[in-house]
Amino acid sequence: MGRKLLLEHINVPGINTFDVYRSKGGYAAVEKALKTLTPDEVVEEVKKSGLRGRGGAGFPTGMKWSFLAKPEGVARYLVCNADESEPGTFKDRFLMTYLPHLLIEGMIVASFALGAKTSYIYVRGEMMPQIRILEKAIAEAKAKGFLGKNILGTGYDLELYVQPGGGAYICGEETALLESLEGKRGNPRIKPPFPAIAGLYGCPTVVNNVESIAAVVPIINEGGDEYAKLGIGRSTGTKLISAGGNLKNPGVYEIDLGLPAEEFLYSDEYCGGIANGKRLKAVVAGGSSVPILPANLFLKTINNEARLMSYESLAYGGFVSGTMMGSGGFIAYDEDQCIVRNTWNFARFYHHESCGQCSPCREGTGWMEKVLHRLEYGHGKMSDMDLLVDVSKKIEGNTICPLGDAAAWPVASAIRHFRDEFEWHVTDAATAVTRNYGIAHYADPLNTVVA
Amino acid sequence: MLSVQDTNMPVTFTPELISKFADIVSRYPEGKQKSALLPILHLVQAEFGWVSVPAMDKVAEYLSIQPIEVYEVASFYTMYFLKPQGKYMLEVCRTGPCEIVGAGKIMNYIEQKLGVKEGDVTEDGLFSWRGVECLAACGFGPVLQISPEYTFYEKLTPESVDTLISDLKAKAKN
Ligand SMILES: Cc1cc2nc3c(=O)[nH]c(=O)nc-3n(C[C@H](O)[C@H](O)[C@H](O)COP(=O)(O)O)c2cc1C
Ligand code: SF4
Ligand code: FES
Repeated sequence: MGRKLLLEHINVPGINTFDVYRSKGGYAAVEKALKTLTPDEVVEEVKKSGLRGRGGAGFPTGMKWSFLAKPEGVARYLVCNADESEPGTFKDRFLMTYLPHLLIEGMIVASFALGAKTSYIYVRGEMMPQIRILEKAIAEAKAKGFLGKNILGTGYDLELYVQPGGGAYICGEETALLESLEGKRGNPRIKPPFPAIAGLYGCPTVVNNVESIAAVVPIINEGGDEYAKLGIGRSTGTKLISAGGNLKNPGVYEIDLGLPAEEFLYSDEYCGGIANGKRLKAVVAGGSSVPILPANLFLKTINNEARLMSYESLAYGGFVSGTMMGSGGFIAYDEDQCIVRNTWNFARFYHHESCGQCSPCREGTGWMEKVLHRLEYGHGKMSDMDLLVDVSKKIEGNTICPLGDAAAWPVASAIRHFRDEFEWHVTDAATAVTRNYGIAHYADPLNTVVA
Repeated sequence: MLSVQDTNMPVTFTPELISKFADIVSRYPEGKQKSALLPILHLVQAEFGWVSVPAMDKVAEYLSIQPIEVYEVASFYTMYFLKPQGKYMLEVCRTGPCEIVGAGKIMNYIEQKLGVKEGDVTEDGLFSWRGVECLAACGFGPVLQISPEYTFYEKLTPESVDTLISDLKAKAKN
């Protein structure tokens, strides 16, 4: 069994309260950092840990922190990204619901490291219950002297606030989030300048995911070197995977990075296999934006090696036969699911969520939705698959923010791997509206698929 | 019965509401009070059930910004209702992971049960419903949330939908 660094105490009754959290060793990282380390030493520990951003892009957190500009007399900000809206991802909501103090502890340590005196947790507006939980926890921590003026007598001051969003997936993109926090529409900014130079109110700002911030706590407690011993290669530490879809045991799991994908999917310690004794057809490993893989290519890489749950192994094979870790939003599809329908659903999502600033994204997502809709409902043409790939290529790389890519990849990968199922929706349109294609060859041993 | 309010009806903000606004404004640096816009719109909606143009104008006045700055925000984000809704708005997640575990069936069931189309209000003024995008609970689908409190329901079945609707009806009576 892997080590639990984040979820170790998740089942302790009352762990959402300050007193119980503290009795389990909570806030030790704040004491250690503020009393025994300098801000630069905290950054150094995070660098040594090898922690990579858990929000989706996987950028090394310590490096991001060291890029923060520090002009004299200018405020700096830490903003926690708790917008969690990527379909398939539900780990941050889980963490904030059950372990609010872990996030607050991480925010204090990270704010100290960055020299921020005011920090915000931007929570998607729909999570009103979690906002209430966090506000209560912040009040408790403040009453105990862990927030506010002169924290623990160290002379460090920090105010921490929770900011609700208004319902918009795009506000998870860090510059859209900052716009939203400034009280504006969530239109992503053109980069550069990056937030590290000009972020919130034009001041140097770091934006980090909830899980990245929480991971700072065990990193400071145990030391960056110890943290880096967990995991595999450049995928250090543990990762929360939120597993949903047609699974026997859906839920949030903390895994050591490098766990074999097959073990994660089938062992009873984790997902327990596919629900109702069905077979696995496909997997979206890291949230709706990452390429979908058929069962066989998810479990084994193109080299016939076991696929591991690590940044590198999931990406092995590039876009031809690999995928990405993304946000850890893991979705399993059983033999009865229709890939065309699912792809249409995702395309509809991205069209709905496009902020509309760039024409390739605004128009392209609409076209993809339309064409996929007609394929799913029996009015497709054989040329539609090439049309979809063409549209996706015209979006990819031609937009202000990565939402365009996020919309293009699921469509392009579904057609790459499941083309025969798409074609069947055209050749057997009347049948395709009454039943699904089934599992076909998608779970067969690799060598029969890849000639 | 809830009558559809006159959209031009002037609104007044109670002193309690104004003091909540002031508390929010105090979270930001001097001169950055516009940051309070999204949280304030949530408070306005919780108070009045939706955000009308006169309410938005008053928010603009309070924050010393132009009315258009409020309108463009209120219309960009999906959570703000620009017309009156039922007292309880049932929002069902319709995105992929919930869809493959039966979200579509739950939406059909709710439509049938309430007897109104997506976005419409039941005759007694109590309910509206709509499909929304992923609510970050994908492992526990199908899910729905109910504003104004955003209470959350997981692993929905027709039976659990029946129960929550009759509970809300009872609550509305008290
Ligand atoms: C369309 C879009 C949506 C995103 N949504 C989220 C999100 O909900 N939560 C999140 O932490 N990061 C999200 N990101 C990534 C953020 O832009 C940013 O990289 C991340 O918050 C940085 O934190 P990290 O380095 O700790 O991962 C999104 C990016 C894009 C392009
Ligand atoms: S890529 Fe899409 S979401 Fe991103 S800025 Fe352009 S239009 Fe907006
Ligand atoms: S897809 Fe429904 S909560 Fe994520």
